[in-house]
Amino acid sequence: MLPQIAFFFLSAVTLISAVMVITRRNAVHSIIWLIVTLFSVGGVFLTLHAEFLFAVQVILYVGGIMVLFLFVVMLVNLDVSLKQAQFSRQWLVALVTALVLMAELAYGIYRGHTGFALAEGSAAPAAGGNTQAVGLALYQDYVLAVEIASLLLLVAMVGAVIMAKRKIE
Amino acid sequence: MIPTHYYLFLGTALFTIGVIGVLTRRNVIVILMSIELILNAVNINLVAFSRYFQAVDGQVFAIFVITDAAAEAAVGLGLIIALFRNKETVNADEIDLLKW
Repeated sequence: MLPQIAFFFLSAVTLISAVMVITRRNAVHSIIWLIVTLFSVGGVFLTLHAEFLFAVQVILYVGGIMVLFLFVVMLVNLDVSLKQAQFSRQWLVALVTALVLMAELAYGIYRGHTGFALAEGSAAPAAGGNTQAVGLALYQDYVLAVEIASLLLLVAMVGAVIMAKRKIE
Repeated sequence: MIPTHYYLFLGTALFTIGVIGVLTRRNVIVILMSIELILNAVNINLVAFSRYFQAVDGQVFAIFVITDAAAEAAVGLGLIIALFRNKETVNADEIDLLKW
């Protein structure tokens, strides 16, 4: 019973704060609500027994990426855009289209959900814990992908520096 | 034990909210945040299937998605700073130099 309560509570917090993210006028408020969303998504990871990913979510997303967002909001002057319209002119069409998309996806999942019911119930934790299992998979099976990801981060870092430089000689 | 398709419904709803944010908002920073919402919806699906298959591969993929999100946020926010320096605006629909 307790996992169900936790899941529905975290889902409600996730969705409500996600709606707050895209409706707030002030970008700083949006960032604070996004932090709430990311924390509750981390809680959803906990209900799925992905403890290492919860730690990664909190440290990397909330501690890293969100601080980056806050820095940029402080660097960019948002006073002008606060007084302007926050939604584009075609917002109604976009809203209807996105809701139709959600209805299609949800209908597809609902029609196919009996297919997901076979292997559940045997959530035996991996020997040595979740972190050890993820670490072994990262550095044995996916070691090339880890190297490529590190190269991607290097390229992104160089790109961000070039982008934010005042003048390119 | 929560059925796997509950997580898929949650991912669908979060993805849709992110899509609505990308399509309707004018502020570029909020559009980037909506992309983070979409990536989180993907992560929920990946981890849900990781538990469903009793394998950690989905969680490893979720870590790569977070890596991509970090790279994308760094480059995107650098672009926003360069954009604001040149055009003095953060509204996506005022950046229409390439529009016919």
